[in-house]
Amino acid sequence: MRSELEARTTPIELTMVVNGERRTLRVPPLRRLLDVLRLDLKLTGSKEGCGEGECGACTVLVDGQPVLSCIVPACQAEGTEVVTIEGVAPAGEGADCDAVQDAFVVEGGAQCGICTPGMIVMTRAYLERCERDGVAVTEQDAREALSGNLCRCTGYGKILASVLSAARERGQDVEDPGGSR
Amino acid sequence: MTAHVGHNLRRPEGPDKVTGRARYIADLDVPEAWVGGALRSPVAHGRLLSIERDPSFDFTQVVVVTSEDIPGDNVIALIEDDQPILCADEVRHVGEPLALVAAPDRPTLAAALAALTPRIEEREPLFDMEESKHVFKEIRFARGDVDTAFAQPAPGQRVIEGVYSTATQEQMYIEPQGCIAWPADAAQGGEVVVRGSLQCPYYVQKALCRALAIEPEKARVIQAETGGGFGGKEEYPSVVACHAALLARKAGRPVAVIYDRHEDLCVTPKRHPSRVRHRTLVESDGTLVAMDVDVLLDGGAYATLSSVVLSRGTIHAAGPYRCPNVRVRGRVVATHHVPYGAFRGFGAPQTCFAYERHMDRVARELGLNPVRLREHNMLRPGDLTATGQTLEHSVGSEEVMRRALARAGYDGATWRAPKQGRVRRGVGLSFFYHGAGFTGSGEDYLKGTVEIELCADATVLVKAASTEIGQGTKTMFLAIACDSLGASSADVRIADPDTGEVPDSGPTVASRTCMIVGGCVARACHELTERMAQATGTDAEVPFAERAQSFLAGGPSDAERRVRTTYSSPQGLRWSDDTYLGDAYPVYGWACDIAEVEVDLDTFDVEVLRFVTAVDVGRAIQPRLVEGQIEGGTLQAVGFAHLENVTLQAGRFEQDRMATCVIPTTLDTPPFEVELVEVPFPHGPFGAKGVGELPMDGGAPAIASAIEDATGLVLDRAPATPEALLDAWLAQHGAEAAAGGNA
Repeated sequence: MRSELEARTTPIELTMVVNGERRTLRVPPLRRLLDVLRLDLKLTGSKEGCGEGECGACTVLVDGQPVLSCIVPACQAEGTEVVTIEGVAPAGEGADCDAVQDAFVVEGGAQCGICTPGMIVMTRAYLERCERDGVAVTEQDAREALSGNLCRCTGYGKILASVLSAARERGQDVEDPGGSR
Repeated sequence: MTAHVGHNLRRPEGPDKVTGRARYIADLDVPEAWVGGALRSPVAHGRLLSIERDPSFDFTQVVVVTSEDIPGDNVIALIEDDQPILCADEVRHVGEPLALVAAPDRPTLAAALAALTPRIEEREPLFDMEESKHVFKEIRFARGDVDTAFAQPAPGQRVIEGVYSTATQEQMYIEPQGCIAWPADAAQGGEVVVRGSLQCPYYVQKALCRALAIEPEKARVIQAETGGGFGGKEEYPSVVACHAALLARKAGRPVAVIYDRHEDLCVTPKRHPSRVRHRTLVESDGTLVAMDVDVLLDGGAYATLSSVVLSRGTIHAAGPYRCPNVRVRGRVVATHHVPYGAFRGFGAPQTCFAYERHMDRVARELGLNPVRLREHNMLRPGDLTATGQTLEHSVGSEEVMRRALARAGYDGATWRAPKQGRVRRGVGLSFFYHGAGFTGSGEDYLKGTVEIELCADATVLVKAASTEIGQGTKTMFLAIACDSLGASSADVRIADPDTGEVPDSGPTVASRTCMIVGGCVARACHELTERMAQATGTDAEVPFAERAQSFLAGGPSDAERRVRTTYSSPQGLRWSDDTYLGDAYPVYGWACDIAEVEVDLDTFDVEVLRFVTAVDVGRAIQPRLVEGQIEGGTLQAVGFAHLENVTLQAGRFEQDRMATCVIPTTLDTPPFEVELVEVPFPHGPFGAKGVGELPMDGGAPAIASAIEDATGLVLDRAPATPEALLDAWLAQHGAEAAAGGNA
């Protein structure tokens, strides 16, 4: 139990597909999706940096859209498909990291690592959006896409480099960064 | 032969961080653990009379700890013994902990805290540091004869004066503070165990021993994966750990004290606000004749690390400039603000802002090119610093400026040339240095120690208390160990910091991890290599695993498989704690920043368009990590320059949520152009020196200088918020200009 608000509500049955697996559990309807993931499902990869939707460390995908799980009540996730950092890499033998995760290690996009899960989930959403819309990945668009994810370590340069590198690795069109914005 | 140093290795802990497997303190699943929290003072100053309990609340379901429950001394052991673990009498700041509660869950904890009411007899608080008579620390040093120089100036010499100030700054590590404590359990050898988000495990151990009245071997401190520190997790985790340990002791079960962002912002130490006065005698060509500098820092309610922050601030206060007569006086004083503490740069960003803005003032008043003025006075090899240190090794001063100017295509000739239009561009430069390692005799007192062990599986385990907090400690040690042993990265493992397993290599602070501790790692590895060669007759050409196996086959003793190395300062360093003169640091990092900004004169919004920084790091052990340090530190400086404005009202931080306590986002961030300069330091591992703090120092004055170039506005205070620019505009152009629109 995290808060008094939760305690005052009657638990509901919540069913979601989390990282490809169907999960049903009884939770207070106003429990934060972040707490459902971290406390009930023990998926602690999503982080809480602020608890008010400012830092982006709790970003997960709900039906393919990035959401801030610290300000989403559990009841809104009913019947949805949720992807957390734990579900980013394809399941199966030896698939430890996907292209985005690997790029964050190689390019220096992860330093202390606390913003990294949210940053990677948001990057994944951005790259998939570019793919869907048939547009090239650009540094400026990546800046816009990640502007709600705060990092205090990197100065963002290596994060943006990781995004562009991952896009290339995934075979996506990348507009040459070159000039300053 | 460096197969690893100078190349970019994969971070050993990287895959765990990008997959969500890494376990930070809030991620640990300790099912039997209770949650702990603090009852805090709502007022800045007063006397705690009592803590009243609401009789309608059932206190049997929780544990309450007050100062009377502390078995040892009621002090947070650090430098001074002035800060209590829990207030027992005099309340000195808003948010001061008065009592602790542990409960089975958060709603019960919140209810219990709400059922406790402190009765405090309020007293008049003091918030203005200029008025404080309580001096935590005063430092004075002087070289040459400043008074005579000012009293008898030669013809043509001028006195130029300025006063500069900086606001407080929040570290804003993305992971808030937190520790979990396990009580002493006879079955576990009677050890108290604390895991936490922290930079300095042995600082926490020292504090626990004092609070609980136990011996070091009964207090074990283990670092959890740590989500950023920047100095903010240097001293404060000792408070969190003592609180958790006292609750665990009384509850007889593990207790987790994990702050949310609001609590973290309200009570944890931040960068000291500063006021620095410069009085300088100059020749008409800009040659510095005498510098008189007065530094004042607000220390807040308790001494914490303020004396050391002041030390670094004052030593750097005259800047990287040649001057025959220098006098520096610094004080850090008590107020009823939340105690200030360590933050990357540690006093130097404040005094750097002042000396670099002052150099611009000299240029402005004498009509000189600010770049040529700096080149004319800059310290070069063989010159004396303010403390009388002769610069001998690794002096990259000219090189960083040359490289930065070339990269930016800038020469300062057009600085302050009048601009037209609503949106105006400008360029500014700063030149600065930062001492690596502890100040003066600090490293000799500390005696940082590392151990390496050749394990039975022929791998080498590197044991140090230096923490990985994002900067890449493990990767850097791995590279240094591999190349010192002639091994591959599969042959070397880096131990996790745990006071039960690793020796005290000192705190992870002061730009010392690479140069000081990395140097110890290199020496220990060389010693082991030597031992193996002597015992087996094999030379370094043979693969490490083979050499190790043949050494192990000879049945070496445990002592022979282990090498301990303790840091010793390079020969010939001289320092006096009395006069504050001598070799303040073994070596300095050097840097030059050039910022280009655009200022909108309707909104006074400042956008940083471009940022060039050339940094002399001695040797980049891991170039990508070094660039990461430089870019990350520089962005914190960009925030300090114009975005991050932490203010206080009646002793309370007005920015107590992330929504109001802002830090730069991707959209506030210029593209960084980093020039790595490598002027090797012979006493550092592979020529390396410190880099962690240096990039924090120069961003604010460079941006203020660029804003001045764009607008003609003279900004002597950081941050340069739109409100500050408006004030400067009104001061310079008068209310008339404001009424009539921009010029």
